[in-house]
Amino acid sequence: MISWPNLVSQLFNGLALGALLALISSGLTIIYGTLGVLNLAHGAMFMIGGYAGFVAYQYTGSFIVAVIAGSLFVMLLGVLMERVIIRHFYHRPHEDQLLVTFGLGICFVEIVRLIFSSQSQVVSPPPLFQGITNLGFMYYPTYRLAVVGIVAIALGALFLVLYRTRLGMIVRAGIEDSVMVDSLGINVYRVFMVVFGIGAMAAGFAGIVNAPVVSLTPGVGDDILVETFVVVVIGGVGSFPGAILGGLIAGEIISVTSMFNPGYAYVMLFAAMTLVLVVRPHGLLGVQGRE
Amino acid sequence: MLKQRPFLIETLTAIGLIAAPFVLPHLGFAPNTVNRILVWGLFGLGFDILFGFTGLLSFGQSAFYGTGGFVAAYLLTRAGFGNVLVALIIGMIAAAATGYVIGLIALRRTGIYFAMITVAIAEVFYFVEFNPLSDFTGGENGLPGVPMPSFNLGFTTIHFTDGWSLYQFIALCYFIGVIIALRIVRSPVGAIFSAIRDNPLRATAVGHNIHGYKLTAFVIAAAYAGFAGGLLGVLQAFMPPDAFTFDTSGQLVMQTAIGGRGTLFGPLVGAAVWLFLQDFLQAALDLGAAWKLVLGVVFVLLVCFLRGGIVGGLADLYRLVSGKRARKEAEQQTEIGAARPLPAPMQAREVAHPAYSGPILKATGLTKRYGGLVANSNVDFSVDQGELRGIIGPNGAGKSTFFKMLTCEIAPTSGQIVFEGRDITGLKVTEVCQLGLTKSYQVNQLFTGLTVRQNLTIAALAELRGKFRLDLFRKLANVKGLSEQVEHTLALVNLTARADTQVAELAYGEKRRLEIGLALATSPRLLLLDEPLAGMSPRERVETVKLLKSIARGRTMIIIDHDMDSLFELVQRVTVLQEGRVLLDGTPEEIRTNAAVQEAYLGGVNGEIAA
Repeated sequence: MISWPNLVSQLFNGLALGALLALISSGLTIIYGTLGVLNLAHGAMFMIGGYAGFVAYQYTGSFIVAVIAGSLFVMLLGVLMERVIIRHFYHRPHEDQLLVTFGLGICFVEIVRLIFSSQSQVVSPPPLFQGITNLGFMYYPTYRLAVVGIVAIALGALFLVLYRTRLGMIVRAGIEDSVMVDSLGINVYRVFMVVFGIGAMAAGFAGIVNAPVVSLTPGVGDDILVETFVVVVIGGVGSFPGAILGGLIAGEIISVTSMFNPGYAYVMLFAAMTLVLVVRPHGLLGVQGRE
Repeated sequence: MLKQRPFLIETLTAIGLIAAPFVLPHLGFAPNTVNRILVWGLFGLGFDILFGFTGLLSFGQSAFYGTGGFVAAYLLTRAGFGNVLVALIIGMIAAAATGYVIGLIALRRTGIYFAMITVAIAEVFYFVEFNPLSDFTGGENGLPGVPMPSFNLGFTTIHFTDGWSLYQFIALCYFIGVIIALRIVRSPVGAIFSAIRDNPLRATAVGHNIHGYKLTAFVIAAAYAGFAGGLLGVLQAFMPPDAFTFDTSGQLVMQTAIGGRGTLFGPLVGAAVWLFLQDFLQAALDLGAAWKLVLGVVFVLLVCFLRGGIVGGLADLYRLVSGKRARKEAEQQTEIGAARPLPAPMQAREVAHPAYSGPILKATGLTKRYGGLVANSNVDFSVDQGELRGIIGPNGAGKSTFFKMLTCEIAPTSGQIVFEGRDITGLKVTEVCQLGLTKSYQVNQLFTGLTVRQNLTIAALAELRGKFRLDLFRKLANVKGLSEQVEHTLALVNLTARADTQVAELAYGEKRRLEIGLALATSPRLLLLDEPLAGMSPRERVETVKLLKSIARGRTMIIIDHDMDSLFELVQRVTVLQEGRVLLDGTPEEIRTNAAVQEAYLGGVNGEIAA
């Protein structure tokens, strides 16, 4: 039953999902662009953000505190991970980096499973955004609308950090040529640590913001990670604008296809990725070079 | 390692498989566990060829495992197919065909892109199995009732039931799988696989179509996965839908890394560790769900500290013990090798069309622009057959860019390159090398993880076998002329005594000579040398000039270098490049005394130096 309200509501769902994917993918892509490491534990970061926020929410009852606590916790975890392990992998082959982050991701998921069990945890939306909103032509869950707004603000903040600060300038320069940045007398390792923290925080933030939309399980990050990969391949690795564009495209494809048959959502997503790979192998907004 | 005894590994495998049912029960292994380990091991044989040998880390092998498994299971349960073995083989072929199509897409990119794309593809298969194809695959119920294999030998019928009886069948499959895998990794194709892992750029440059070989490795891995998937259904009498999950791919990757990549037996060892720990931690220690966390931690520690996994670690240990003696012998040999006679020069490969007698290389109007920067502008350049040409010019004159255009590593913005009367503009570097034009690099591009001999073998194979050939079961020793060519090149570049040394352990000067040797082993008729003397000590320079003179017979060479004394001694004519243009062309004597050249090099701010 395809009707206009149905379509519009799916388009809104796609926007919400797309914005979320854009945020998570931005984290993944700036880490890869700057450090040259693809973090396969990124999905786990998303999941941990949700759980950390969930705990904070239970203790304080404040959703804002939950969002802040969840993001900060994941940022600290990211910094710790970079300092203790990732740092020793910069000069090792890509495969080793993939293996170690993959292993860490599994460890994180299993630790959470150990503490919270595999059962799903329900996080209710903050009171302000509960219920549904009448948009005039249709009714839509208020919190999903709020997600679009919250994530847009987060993306805006990330944009400001990347394009309007000294750190952002170094990060963008590092994506172009990290050796050169190093020889300009900037301590790239400290920058790497900060970038890893910010990238992880983006995933953690998305994790807690998304928690009221879906229920929390230890495996919630796995599917997201796969979708994030598609987003990054479509948008172009290392490109922040590419992550946003790719995220929105992927979100809409998943939502609109799900309206017809959810089983084909991934097939369509994959078809889109293949098309991009054939037409523009470096992604829609990616540049040739880094591989 | 262990190369002296030809069938040692095969024999040991057979002995191990025969002994297993008598030994393993005492160690607490149930027959079903052993069978599962063998299925994982077989799955891993193909994956190790892809990951360990070719260096392509795929996180999507579940797609082929599931495809092979469900095709076989569907044939046996729904389609009324009676013969288990034929069903398994059809499943394997289906998986290999799927692998071919997926490989075409996934191999468009390398490195992390490849990993990401394979993950995404496997996820698609998972969803397709559950939804659009659930009529065929049983959706989340899987396909129950997969029969056990039985063989009618005419006089009697052998039934494999469960437990150790089924073990015989699976062990036989694994053994055949090992033999095939060993043949593949010891074949010329196997040698090229490791070249791709070590340095894809150079593998391309010496004349191998690496895309074709990568696809081959991908299809091989898919075929192994498909067969193993079918065996899983037979083993459990049920084809579970979770064969398609990401966890399956992940477990395979982890088992391979735990056991040791690039060892073929690593995945088997990894699976044994995995399944044993799983049973042990869950049952004996009552850890419940925490077993996976323990395995995850073990895995991370292994990746951090023992890159070669368990088998790799044992091999290192073995080498540490036996290595000291071997090194001593090698050192003695080096001393003997120092006073060697100069080997006969190596002939370039025969000219494809001997009738051609014009200049061997002719470039007209060659221009390369990078945005606003003009690296080369309107270069006209011609070299005669058998000529020795030098190219000099200040830094940034566009010499290396010019070479890259000649070997077709980069495409010129405009202009034309003709090699032996044939327009090669726009060809790929692999094709150009196959035609007989190659270069040695300014910065060493070697296969650093391999030995000197293996390096030269890879280059020689490109000439002897062409850019792509699927001789998967041929022994390297059976490639005609290969060992002669490799030995000859070794002697020419004076590395015979170091033939079995890892490239990473060579001294810089030796690496430089190997760099030239790699280009030489493809028997080019036109050899470009980009700063062959760079970074060498004065003594090494003298040696290398001698080497270059000896290989110059019967072939054309163009040499870029900054060491003008050596270069002028070596070459017949010199071309001077400046700011991307040809400044002058002449004999070394003319160049030496030319005012414009002196000005180009020394700056000549006021034009006084020229006077």
